[in-house]
Amino acid sequence: MITVENLTKSFQGVNALNGVTLDVEAGTVLGVVGPSGAGKSTLARCVALLERPDSGAIRVDGTDITSLDGSALRAARRQIGVVPQGDSLLRQRTAAGNIALPLESAGVPGPQRRTRVGELLDLVGLTDKATAYPDQLSGGQRQRIAVARALAANPSVLLADEPTSALDPETTGSVLTVLDRARAELGVTVLVVTHDMGVVRKICDDVAVLEQGRVVEHGKVLDLVNNPVSRTSSALLPAVDLNPINENSYDRVADVVLVGFAAVGALLPEAAHRFGVELNIVGGGLTRLGETPVARFRLGLNGERSDSALEWIGEAGGAVQRSLKGPQGVAA
Amino acid sequence: MRSATPWSDVVAYLVEATGETLYMVGVSTVIATLLGVPVGVWLQLTAKGGLRPNAAVHRVLSFVTDLGRSMPFIVLLVALTSVTRLIVGGSIGSTAVIVPLAVGAIPFVGRLVQNILSEVHVTVVEAAITTGASTLKIVRSVLIRESMPALINAIGVTVIALIGYSAMAGVIGGGGLGDLAIREGYQRFNDRILWSTVAWLAVLTTVIQLGFTRAARASDRRRHASV
Repeated sequence: MITVENLTKSFQGVNALNGVTLDVEAGTVLGVVGPSGAGKSTLARCVALLERPDSGAIRVDGTDITSLDGSALRAARRQIGVVPQGDSLLRQRTAAGNIALPLESAGVPGPQRRTRVGELLDLVGLTDKATAYPDQLSGGQRQRIAVARALAANPSVLLADEPTSALDPETTGSVLTVLDRARAELGVTVLVVTHDMGVVRKICDDVAVLEQGRVVEHGKVLDLVNNPVSRTSSALLPAVDLNPINENSYDRVADVVLVGFAAVGALLPEAAHRFGVELNIVGGGLTRLGETPVARFRLGLNGERSDSALEWIGEAGGAVQRSLKGPQGVAA
Repeated sequence: MRSATPWSDVVAYLVEATGETLYMVGVSTVIATLLGVPVGVWLQLTAKGGLRPNAAVHRVLSFVTDLGRSMPFIVLLVALTSVTRLIVGGSIGSTAVIVPLAVGAIPFVGRLVQNILSEVHVTVVEAAITTGASTLKIVRSVLIRESMPALINAIGVTVIALIGYSAMAGVIGGGGLGDLAIREGYQRFNDRILWSTVAWLAVLTTVIQLGFTRAARASDRRRHASV
């Protein structure tokens, strides 16, 4: 749906983007993450058509939109709904008035405009706040109105630039829910630029890690967590070594990643039973990526067939990351 | 020893002069607003970081604006005589004063407006840009509407300034409160008229200022009672 090809941008000789290439499939949510100064904001501003890249292309449905001008540029902007970083609502307009702005720009007549604004208020769950002014809304409510505004003109792509940066964890959840609904109910393709891995954990299908203006990792979140050396897995999965353990009390100690209900629930007891080993979870924990439970456990095993048990877990779909005690690279 | 002017005559003087002042100031404020706001918008659009940055245009516009603002009004009043005659068909009287008042106020309003518009937060403007709004739409619905309370206050400031300028209207026979105080009061040693006029001017400007402050607050949707 939206592809970014080899995008470069420099400011006064400093390269903010060094050939960024991304691909977001229609109807999916891509999270672009990375440390401050990695180029996230520049990328967001280029995709929002607020900044022109030095070279490269941004294609929406195959059409390059980076070199447009005048009314073609304005039409392209309506194709990309933007939730800007920070407070961006008109303070002299009601919530409904703010949502109506893109519709006015698009020349949608009054009655249709009102209907559409009503639908969007419903989508973001703020129907009762239609006539409230931004100063009467909480930060999370303002941000949801900003999402509704971004969706008003039926864009095919929704770009959210640090949508949760100024919010507390609870309101962050409500804003992310709204982004997720936009994808689920409107089929919008979503690109979220964020420094918060929690956003990736909750709503992203894909993730791209940006470092020094380059994409250093790009793929499906559930694939990347299975890759022990990926930045995504170390950032998203529960830490395993919170509690120092006495490794001497086990024959084998290994880390394992389990994805999905079946794996998390049944794999370990099954392994213990099948190979007659004592299998304890000595570290790590359980998290959730979207709807999928994902676990990273540190296991301590006792018994003659411990290596076989680990091997079996690997074959059955768990990713055994490293064996801390015993033969290295027991299973992949 | 001349007996003091009767109060009824003082009131009659004041009423007539107030009418002249309000006429001169009112019409010139309307003209200065109609022409000064676009000047301010243009200044802000062409400024660095504006919607249509253009250093050359901005510099020329800034220069002309500041030149206009630095001109003492009394000089403008006499210097524009021929222009005034061309526009209103005469060069004396209240109507004739309107031309230099308006001309003097346009750059004043322009600069005030630019300063106010530049205060609209860049995030808000950029958000509007991303909705595909045209420049005209952004100027109207974002820059001007978001600044409305401050703009109303700026017009109030302009009215007060023009009341001050209009005191010199007497030079070309424009009349008004300033002229009353100077000619009937000061030059003829009529303290009653002088001080009555001063007191009345204080009341008038206070009321006008209050009115504009109220209007500005009424137009402001920020910080309304919470839900």
